[in-house]
Amino acid sequence: MIAQALTRRRERRVLPGFGLSLGISLTFVSLVLLLPLTSLVGQLSQLSWSQYWFLITDPRLLASYTVTLLAAAVAALSNAVFGLLMAWVLVRYEFPGKRLVDALMDLPFALPTAVAGITLATLYSSNGWIGRLLEPLGISVSYTWVGIALAMAFTSIPFVVRTVQPVLEDLPAEVDEAAMTLGASDGLAFRRVILPYLWPALVTGTGLAFVRSLGEFGAVIFIAGGKPYETEITSLMIFVKLQEYDYAGASAVASIVLATSLALLLAINLWQGRFIKRLHGGRG
Amino acid sequence: MIRIGDAPRVRRLLIGVALALTVLFLLLPLVAIFAQALMSGIDVYWQNLSNAYTLSAIGLTLLVAVITVPVNLVFGVFLAWLVTRFEFPGRRLLQTLIDIPFAVSPVVAGLVYLLLYGRNGWLGGWLDAHDIQIMFAWPGIVLVTLFVTCPFVARELIPLMQAQGSREEEAAVTLGASGWTIFRRVTLPNIRHALLYGVILTNARAVGEFGAVSVVAGAIRGETNTLPLQVEQLYQDYNTVGAFTSASLLALLALLTLAAKAALEWRAARRETAT
Amino acid sequence: MSIRISQIDKTYGKTRALEPIDLDIHDGELIGLLGPSGSGKTTLLRIVAGLEQADGGSIHFGERDVTHVHVRDRRIGFVFQHYALFRHMSVFDNVAFGLTAMPRSQRPSTGEIRTRVMQLLEMVRLQDFAERFPAQLSGGQQQRVSLARALALKPDVLLLDEPFGALDAKVRQELRRWLRHLHEELNFTSLFVTHDQEEALELSDRVVVMSNGRVEQIATPDTLYRQPANRFVFEFLGDVNRLEGDIENQVLTCGNARVAVPGVENGRRELLLRPHEVRLDEQPSARAHLPVSVTAVVPVGAEVRIELEADWLGEPWLATISHADFERLAITRGKRLFAQPSRLHRFDTPRPQTLAPLSVS
Repeated sequence: MIAQALTRRRERRVLPGFGLSLGISLTFVSLVLLLPLTSLVGQLSQLSWSQYWFLITDPRLLASYTVTLLAAAVAALSNAVFGLLMAWVLVRYEFPGKRLVDALMDLPFALPTAVAGITLATLYSSNGWIGRLLEPLGISVSYTWVGIALAMAFTSIPFVVRTVQPVLEDLPAEVDEAAMTLGASDGLAFRRVILPYLWPALVTGTGLAFVRSLGEFGAVIFIAGGKPYETEITSLMIFVKLQEYDYAGASAVASIVLATSLALLLAINLWQGRFIKRLHGGRG
Repeated sequence: MIRIGDAPRVRRLLIGVALALTVLFLLLPLVAIFAQALMSGIDVYWQNLSNAYTLSAIGLTLLVAVITVPVNLVFGVFLAWLVTRFEFPGRRLLQTLIDIPFAVSPVVAGLVYLLLYGRNGWLGGWLDAHDIQIMFAWPGIVLVTLFVTCPFVARELIPLMQAQGSREEEAAVTLGASGWTIFRRVTLPNIRHALLYGVILTNARAVGEFGAVSVVAGAIRGETNTLPLQVEQLYQDYNTVGAFTSASLLALLALLTLAAKAALEWRAARRETAT
Repeated sequence: MSIRISQIDKTYGKTRALEPIDLDIHDGELIGLLGPSGSGKTTLLRIVAGLEQADGGSIHFGERDVTHVHVRDRRIGFVFQHYALFRHMSVFDNVAFGLTAMPRSQRPSTGEIRTRVMQLLEMVRLQDFAERFPAQLSGGQQQRVSLARALALKPDVLLLDEPFGALDAKVRQELRRWLRHLHEELNFTSLFVTHDQEEALELSDRVVVMSNGRVEQIATPDTLYRQPANRFVFEFLGDVNRLEGDIENQVLTCGNARVAVPGVENGRRELLLRPHEVRLDEQPSARAHLPVSVTAVVPVGAEVRIELEADWLGEPWLATISHADFERLAITRGKRLFAQPSRLHRFDTPRPQTLAPLSVS
């Protein structure tokens, strides 16, 4: 029966390579992605609920959740503003050096996070190029949550720019023109007409920046300094537990991080799908 | 044409702010890397570069890239072919699974590999018995890097191949072409740029991965240090110049990546306007 | 409100989009800008709207000089070819946009806005669709919303850029009729762009024919068709048959074909005629000996279109004849007949000339 169904299926497929590509893809996904992830489940299954609860509610860990969430939120929101500005300027205006600026937007993805980490730590340390200027003003970035947010923001810059940019490029000139012929000022037209067009991309980009910031490690640890209860991010907590050979504790924290990221990613996808459906003719 | 925000005052203000922020947050760090690396002069820079530890870190980093890039290239192409050319149950799930490495913190990625292959892990006992060392050695680094970089090629190809549809390939089938011929002569020319772009991104990430690698490397100096790990180690040892010397190599590679990307986009845009 | 366009010109890089143009539009007039693509008609419309800046010249709405007034302050209504509705706003919010965008001091109250928008929606017969989103409407309905939106601010002039260009033939026909009624009712001054001669002739009080950035003729539809100012207008306003040959003693000869052309000087010349100015007969006449053979027969509507070929013709001719004639002559593909021009037009003289009537039966 099943064999028959499969052959019938195959007859309908015009293009070759289904079996081969399915085989390779499934093997790879199983070995590289699923098998390691199940080992996490395996490790966790050795814990009782109360043990698990105890591990994930350790006060030092709770403090790390707070600082990670706070810094990631600040980073994502700053990037929403910065990314929107950059996308607007790169799409709408011509100016010398524009292509260079455009190319630079991808730097945070191309630059290894450890390199970004030591560079930011050096720049903002009390005798660094920028830290030196901030110190007299009483602002310290290194070893504070501000530094963590800064590093997170740096590594997630491309998300908002690169999701908003194509949408803005595709925005027909008539949208601007319709708003202007109806007497709208620049500010009003941007807020009530253009921004709603960019909204799905903006939220998606900001959401992705947030998810990325939650998991960021290399760029953050150097500038954060890792003071317990103050500047320890959750990823660092996993790392510290591993160095203490506390695999159970590390796994428990990892499961929280993993679940949060996946839930957020899923939420972004669902939200995006719903929004797009409304604009393209679903019943409002 | 007159558009919103065209008034010279608004334009100058926005461009000015954008440029200032770009210089402050992107250009300045880039300059700082090279400035720090060359702080003690070019001779010290060369000494640091030609240091045996650095050379071995470069070697290991290259090895990781040489293995992971081709493997993920092949996997990415097959996966993209599978999900864009065929309908089958579980297609969406497969596409979602492939996004996991994007969402997961690299430290978690390292952890799950450690749990699997480490001394106390599922496969650890068996590996130990057969005297195979994966964790705290280069095979472990290669494996986590594979995990971390596996979405890049597929993610570049899937939207493009979906948009292109399979009409051209179907035409080739009616003309009697074999699978390999179809791929080489019909599909490949259409996806060449996206493929190259995916490879560039995979390579950049493979060379630069830090979090996941640092969990599984164990950092035996000179043996299991990749360049990013060495950057960290030197920095922690307060050897700032040394750290930034290795960092400058990685930054150069990043600049090459950006240049390659810009060139690809420029060529694509030019082809579009030419037709 | 009248519109006075004087010496407006525009150049894009090296391309001259508009030669200096003068145009006076009276209060309440409906003017069609007709021309092929690239003729500058859309550029002119956009300059009147303030969406493009002219290089020189001036524009007055009534006594008001609007040459340097920003589009948002010109008090125009603009209808786009692809509607340009705000897709994230309901139909109601789209129409209300202009009213809600007014500065607080001038803005009508929410209740007044509501009344006005519903009035407009009733006018475009979409009162039941107020809560829908644009994507849920057909093309014709979207264009009506776009019109209501443009009229909401009671603009001095209404400008329409190929308003029916994206719609299919039947809806287009319907909307045209409806726009004409609306115009008669509200009597706004309006200027619309089209490349469709039929649309221009049907809707306009006067038509401005443009090509290559120049105005070729400004006239009422009737004058335009009967007295085209030049060859371009003649050719653009309908199908044209060409006849080229040597003229000697008031007879044009071309291969084995000849036709009497009273009053035309000797030499090589080209004469033009419309499909309905070709009659078909089984015998040549004393004035015309133009042997042709039928290559295609298309019965459409009230007449039959016949495609004709002959070795003395460079390109095939088109003739439209009545069904009665079609039956009388028993026309089939391949049948040999004689063409009989009832009129011939020439455009090589300073003023166009028509030779008519030519046929004697």
